[in-house]
Amino acid sequence: MIKYPRLLWKTVRRGDIFNMDLLKFFTAGSVDDGKSTLIGRLLYDSESILADQLEALQQSNRKNDDGTIDLAILTDGLKAEREQGITIDVAYKYFQTDRRKFIIADTPGHIQYTRNMVTGASNSDLAIILVDARNGVVEQTIRHSFLVSLLELKHVVVCINKMDMVAYSEDVFNSIREAYAAIAEKLNLKEVTYIPVSALKGDNIVNKSDKMSWYDGKSLLDHLETIEVNEAVLSHQARMPVQWVIRPQTDELHDYRGYAGRILSGSFHVNDKITVLPSGIRSEISKIETNFTEQGEAESGMSVTLHLKDNIDIGRGDILVNTSHEPLVAQEIEADLCWMDTRPLDSSIMYLIQHNSKVTKCKIREILHKVNINTLEKIETDTFQLNDIGRIVLKTAEPLAFDLYQENKLNGGAILIDPRTNLTVGALMFRANAGY
Amino acid sequence: MNKQDTTYLDQLEAEAIYILREVAGQFEKPALLFSGGKDSITLVRLAEKAFRPGKFPFPLVHIDTGHNFPETITYRDNMISRIGEKLIVGYVQDSIDQGKVIEQTGKNASRNALQTVTLLDTIAENKFDACIGGARRDEEKARAKERIFSVRDEFGQWDPKRQRPELWNIYNGRIHKGENVRVFPISNWTELDVWNYIRREKIELPSIYFAHEREVITRNGQLMAAAEFLNMDHEDHIELKNVRFRTVGDMTCTAAVESHADQIDDIIEEIKFSKISERGARMDDKVSEAAMEDRKKGGYF
Ligand SMILES: Nc1nc2c(ncn2[C@@H]2O[C@H](COP(=O)(O)OP(=O)(O)O)[C@@H](O)[C@H]2O)c(=O)[nH]1
Ligand SMILES: [Mg+2]
Repeated sequence: MIKYPRLLWKTVRRGDIFNMDLLKFFTAGSVDDGKSTLIGRLLYDSESILADQLEALQQSNRKNDDGTIDLAILTDGLKAEREQGITIDVAYKYFQTDRRKFIIADTPGHIQYTRNMVTGASNSDLAIILVDARNGVVEQTIRHSFLVSLLELKHVVVCINKMDMVAYSEDVFNSIREAYAAIAEKLNLKEVTYIPVSALKGDNIVNKSDKMSWYDGKSLLDHLETIEVNEAVLSHQARMPVQWVIRPQTDELHDYRGYAGRILSGSFHVNDKITVLPSGIRSEISKIETNFTEQGEAESGMSVTLHLKDNIDIGRGDILVNTSHEPLVAQEIEADLCWMDTRPLDSSIMYLIQHNSKVTKCKIREILHKVNINTLEKIETDTFQLNDIGRIVLKTAEPLAFDLYQENKLNGGAILIDPRTNLTVGALMFRANAGY
Repeated sequence: MNKQDTTYLDQLEAEAIYILREVAGQFEKPALLFSGGKDSITLVRLAEKAFRPGKFPFPLVHIDTGHNFPETITYRDNMISRIGEKLIVGYVQDSIDQGKVIEQTGKNASRNALQTVTLLDTIAENKFDACIGGARRDEEKARAKERIFSVRDEFGQWDPKRQRPELWNIYNGRIHKGENVRVFPISNWTELDVWNYIRREKIELPSIYFAHEREVITRNGQLMAAAEFLNMDHEDHIELKNVRFRTVGDMTCTAAVESHADQIDDIIEEIKFSKISERGARMDDKVSEAAMEDRKKGGYF
């Protein structure tokens, strides 16, 4: 008997390792909706907390009103957070069940931490959106859902939490579900699952609750263990940014010249025709090395060393792609921008853009609009403040070889760096434009 | 091993290799901090996968407290001659002799806290702009928020409020003069992942990781290897026990666990069912709830 469903088997070819048996998710919700409690509950009930950590928990002076352990302490790691009792950064947590490994990005929900949520979302396959059953869909729910759609997360789980405080009412659950469905449609979120839970009491988190017999779906963990995530694995766009050139220059390896990098999407085979961008020079793959051995092919997710038949001048910042599906190459690029710095965007200065292994200067050509992320209205503006999100056109000093974010996240996303502070000040998602 | 572990390990491995190559590509003078423990040994294997048949684009750096398990030093020297890479050693004893730090006294004296100074001096002397380390986010709460590229000021300090967002697989390693970056390629690995990887790759480890008979004393409820640096007195009662170590650090602060696991498969089974996390066996974290965070801010790894 097969105990664990081989969920990805149908859609993932052998050798593909992205997303397989690993689920990365993040949690979004307003302050006090119960995110930290929910994660603590997942860890606790799936027995992922070790004895000494539990002991430290029990000794801590933060307790729930009824004297039980406050599970939120498990994720509220930094001193400042414990003092203020709120999550101010992204904390990564790991746990494993018989069926899957999980990486959780616990992000704060308050509007001032939008950038942290964007960061967590950029590293996740799935979003859990918490709604307090007593309050229903609120402004923050819309904002978080907007971020989920902006970052193109395909899977959303809406956890309607604190069901214990609304007498586990089916009517409450149904009316929140209807209200959310309207938002999901507006934001084009396709795969949404609704689960009524109590993070505090443990209902429908790991174990199915006996207090909500009207709910016939899965518990949250069961859902997370079995959901199929197959994003972009089957992409035809073979992409490998060159990170480093391996040239031993020893007597016996005199002519060895290997291009080291990680395949972002698609696959490469020996004899494939490839194009080096942005130069546009073409060649063919002569050899693929990984794990100290030669291979006939290499798939997305793998770190490899590629060799070409021709001797071309290639270095860090170049990208190798399959000639049959070349990406866009442009210097004027339209993008969604999430501003992440306390200094506002200054259109008069030069920024740096980092797109995979390439770094080049850039300027903000035009600000098209920003979005009121609570109401989704577009507003005219001439600058971006911390946590603002909107659409811009930028001009790069050197051409970038990129894909649209919605088609290829890793080759469609980039960051902005302020050369004065070296801080990462913006997240960019490349969008379609008539110019390319 | 089942298929699930293999594919997940492949992904962690590919990510770590990617991060190591980013270090090579982004920094002028990186270094790999080598402690002799299983995590840094794993990093060496990953670096071989990232850069062979070329040389590593960085030396290995060991901060030597002088209170090592002799097995660690033997292992280190054998490994260096096998891989043919450069090793730089920073000695805590030198920092003591130069009067930069003062040796602690008393029963619980340890050089563990002193090594931060030696580390910072070694970084400054060699002008390292990036230091690769084997820390993992699952080790401790303060580490759960650590970035893969973690910027430190010239005092080695970590400021949780100044951490850069890390989006997708893009790591921003730009720094000002005097700053440096700590890089953690195995951030997303758990203790069990590291052990499974060591098993899969058949990586040799220092013998103290495996159960062996050893003279130990019990201090603060923990088993410590009996050694002259522990300032033992008549109250310390030496016993012979079967033990192994889950981490390898300074002898004064690395506790043993009683175990008969002398094979890697047995160790993996023990860890799967064990009730104490790896850091629970390190006395230096026990001091206060915020211990790790404070030490990180002070420049400790
Ligand atoms: N009654 C009830 N209280 C909850 C539930 N989940 C969380 N809480 C409480 O709500 C408060 C905020 O929870 P916390 O997890 O810190 O929320 P966060 O700000 O979203 O991380 C705490 O007092 C929790 O005990 C639940 O399902 N039912
Ligand atoms: Mg919280």
